[in-house]
Amino acid sequence: MCAVLLLASCRRDMQDTPRARTFQESKFFDDRMSARPLPAGTVSQDYGSYDELLETGKIGQRVSEVFPFEITAEVFARGRERFNIFCAPCHGRTGDGDGMVVRRGFRRPPSYHIERLRNAPAGHFFDVITNGYGSMYSYADRVPVRDRWAIAAYIRALQLSQGATIADVPADKRAELTGGGPQ
Amino acid sequence: MPQLFHRGANTIARASIYGGLGIIGLFFWVIYAVNDSPYFDFVGVPRPQPVQFSHKHHVQDDGIDCRYCHTTVETQAFAGMPPTHTCMTCHSVLFADSPALAPVRQSYADNTPLAWTRVYDLPDYVYFNHSIHVNKGVACITCHGRVDEMPLMWRQKTLRMNWCLSCHRSPELFVTPREHVFDMTWVRDGDQRDMGARLVKEYDIKRLTDCYTCHR
Repeated sequence: MCAVLLLASCRRDMQDTPRARTFQESKFFDDRMSARPLPAGTVSQDYGSYDELLETGKIGQRVSEVFPFEITAEVFARGRERFNIFCAPCHGRTGDGDGMVVRRGFRRPPSYHIERLRNAPAGHFFDVITNGYGSMYSYADRVPVRDRWAIAAYIRALQLSQGATIADVPADKRAELTGGGPQ
Repeated sequence: MPQLFHRGANTIARASIYGGLGIIGLFFWVIYAVNDSPYFDFVGVPRPQPVQFSHKHHVQDDGIDCRYCHTTVETQAFAGMPPTHTCMTCHSVLFADSPALAPVRQSYADNTPLAWTRVYDLPDYVYFNHSIHVNKGVACITCHGRVDEMPLMWRQKTLRMNWCLSCHRSPELFVTPREHVFDMTWVRDGDQRDMGARLVKEYDIKRLTDCYTCHR
């Protein structure tokens, strides 16, 4: 009797209120999505007024050779972290194109260290991340604009690192390398 | 007047008093045990999902970072569920004909989302924000457990208020260095209390135990 009375008081109105929580199924819209798709032609206001170089990697029709903001050590660190999250699964941590997903059978992307990509302008990498390329899907919905530029900067650093000689290392840091560090 | 009760009645009286108390106690214990069981909090119970997605395979075998799919965990309240586009980034090529992934391909073709069952579902009267927890050094595994060892997803913690409060009262017992927050395999070496006390100061972690912190 007690148990029946206790159970009768079990309602979940407070736990599950009628408001839509993120990505919850909707009973109101025909397509059952509470998160509404953006109307066509929506312009992001995330970065203030529209900045062509920042958001497309192009100046007019030409792919930009320059970055839209200063590349500091923090930007490199951010680029490295984001590269290892989003790019390394296919491109590998050094950019050779032998990431784990490629080893499982995905089409092998070109190495960053080939002549064509060494000479490619910075905006090219931004454009590929934004719009995809060949088998690679767009990462525009996963990587925000500034992070895409940070990744492009880190790819530049990877390219430099693979062609670097001992002469590129500051004299006071060379001693750290003679111990046979990571190859 | 003859005796109404024979000698054995004393024993029966004692037994019924203690037995009665015992039955009442047992009744409350059963309620407590049922209430505390996975029947209500779903701890360790894999939930039915539209696709048999394995975190173990994607995280441990493929080395994919949490944030590859849960992209907004560092910046928003909601950690982010990947759109089917993210799945298809690899599965347009890998296992492209697998029957197990038929619902994923269907979802991509029809532009309709996959309807996953939420495993970590807080009551609607609780405010929770992933980004503040992640940025203050609460590791993924602290609440979600070793997701890299879960072939199917289950709940690792009860999500009961006393569980939330155990950390809100004593964050130094749980806080993790920021650089290891997304690391599934990191184990703390040395004393958590020493490191925790240092990190609580460094990250400016406050003991937020007011009701309105979560019930707002």
